Amino acid sequence: MRRGLIAQAALVAALALVLGWLWQNAAHNLETRKIASGFAFLWREAGFEIGETGGLAYSAADSYLRALAIGLANTFRVAAIGIVFATVLGALLGLARLAPNWLLAKLAAAYVEFVRNVPLVVQLFFWYALISENLPGPREALQPLPGVYLSNRGIFFPLPGSAPQLAGFNFTGGASLSPEFAALLAGLITYTAAFIAEIVRAGILSVRRGQLDAARSLGMTRRQALRHVVLPQALRAIVPPMTSQYLNLVKNSSLAVAIGYPDLVSIANTTINQTGQAIEGIAIIMAVYLTVSLAISAFMNWYNRRVALKGLRA
Amino acid sequence: MSWLRANLFSSWPSALATVAIALLAWKLVPPFVDWAFLDAVWQVRDSRECRQAAGACWAFVAEKHRFILFGTYPYEQHWRPAIATLLLVALWGVSALRRLWRWWLALVWLAGLAAIGALMWGGFAGLPYVENERWGGLILTLLLATFGVAFAFPLAILLALGRRSRLPAVRWVCVAYIELIRGVPLISLLFMASVMLPLFFPEGVSVDKLLRAQIALVMFAAAYLAEVVRGGLQAIPYHQYESAEALGLGYWNRTLFVILPQALRVAIPPLVNTFIGLFKDTSLVVIIGLFDLLTSLKVSLQEPAWTGFGVEAYLFASAVYFAFCWAMSRYSQRLERDLARPGTGLALREN
Repeated sequence: MRRGLIAQAALVAALALVLGWLWQNAAHNLETRKIASGFAFLWREAGFEIGETGGLAYSAADSYLRALAIGLANTFRVAAIGIVFATVLGALLGLARLAPNWLLAKLAAAYVEFVRNVPLVVQLFFWYALISENLPGPREALQPLPGVYLSNRGIFFPLPGSAPQLAGFNFTGGASLSPEFAALLAGLITYTAAFIAEIVRAGILSVRRGQLDAARSLGMTRRQALRHVVLPQALRAIVPPMTSQYLNLVKNSSLAVAIGYPDLVSIANTTINQTGQAIEGIAIIMAVYLTVSLAISAFMNWYNRRVALKGLRA
Repeated sequence: MSWLRANLFSSWPSALATVAIALLAWKLVPPFVDWAFLDAVWQVRDSRECRQAAGACWAFVAEKHRFILFGTYPYEQHWRPAIATLLLVALWGVSALRRLWRWWLALVWLAGLAAIGALMWGGFAGLPYVENERWGGLILTLLLATFGVAFAFPLAILLALGRRSRLPAVRWVCVAYIELIRGVPLISLLFMASVMLPLFFPEGVSVDKLLRAQIALVMFAAAYLAEVVRGGLQAIPYHQYESAEALGLGYWNRTLFVILPQALRVAIPPLVNTFIGLFKDTSLVVIIGLFDLLTSLKVSLQEPAWTGFGVEAYLFASAVYFAFCWAMSRYSQRLERDLARPGTGLALREN
């Protein structure tokens, strides 16, 4: 036990020495380069515009803090919508892979195989190029459904009481997604859905065939058996890996910076470039993502306990 | 006929799905074939020919393939990264063969990497010296992934062992590291490497951007690999630990000669999957402007002559990444099957 104590003391001391050395270097470098430290810059005027604010008030005269808050709101917006649609699409794909229809199953399998083996950044660039370079301008916008317009200026769709109208060179009214937002959302949904599909498929396969047969022999219909016997058991296998997919989606939304959607990371990046305060900027990014990760984990753990076997709680 | 009946028209919903898919294919496939093949432009003298065509402009890839594959490496020296790329792919291919999993494989790797380094840097036997700021394209992607995993792996083993250590200080340091890294996006680590790390070096020491990005990738990969290794360690039955202890083996002997060989064997398939993830993640260096495959594509697209062909460019990039990742994932699936089957020298308990 004494050797253990010495080893631990040595580890802690070595770590403290290395961190202290790095800290000293940083302090020295900041001083010679005349870079301020501390978080006072957050209350200074940001001086840059943000392309989309999701309806929140912001102007270049606002503070860095407000700019970062807008970025965080943008991250949440894309992640929340992305999680909902990725779950739906992923569940459908997972079910399709198990469908008795050969064509449907093979198509879903091919989709999953292709999407999982191509980096997300490449897919985001692809979606962005598709929307901003290959869709027609607003005047010749595609109309896949009545009232919904696809153009290189974004995607426009009607809200109750307000439909998009062509006015000059762009649409007004209704709701719209900017090309950046649409590309990021499309990329996140299609990419994460492929992973979710595999989780759903594995979850359903983990429930033994006998469970379904037994339920049917008790006189349940197929639907009842799936709802009350198969699904609750499948969820137990599905929920824990699903948590890490949701976390991945939130973290992956930071790739927004690659296509110019103003999420937290891209605004923090602009802030770092303007103020030179890299350490603080990156500390903010990391603190926010860690908080979000822990919050999602906590929520999913709570949900997992709800669906877990009673009496077998780990 | 009976196959069709059983697999495509077994029930009303199934038949409906078949008809819907057939309809969709009939609407979508012909225009896609027209765009991608029949109306596509494969070779041009001037990019304007592409703009007039109705189909895809594959001529972009044909025209810029040297730059896409080799980045800013001096043009007349392109044969060097070309050979280096082939050599690296060959090294990976050889390592995939289980019969060659011997200790001398490590020597083959060392020799191979030394040859690649010599080829890429040059500066001897009439080969002009090329500094690594000018390396680029596919070889950079492959090198980042290779060195990423090579350095992350030993670190990951230490972290995984540390996380299961009986010593609380060791355990907490490892848990904190793993969870911190896994909780933040890779981009934040890459930003850290590109803008923050220089501040932490002593004055006068400068580390080039490629190396700094490599450090970030190693730190990132180590945290994820550590969790995979930990999974392998947990799969080892407890009596293995106890028997080793009963034989009087100390911690390091027990770990090195009894536990790790078994744990790593179990962890091989998920390790390959993590490696695929790392390979895909190297593409993020495009955001800090390192000249990998994706960056060189993006830069090619910024030339006025070739703006607007993003869809073709990124389909090409997808194809390249897919070829590598798909091969690796097939390999990992085969390993997993073999692992479950006794008598292959891979299964844990031979029957």
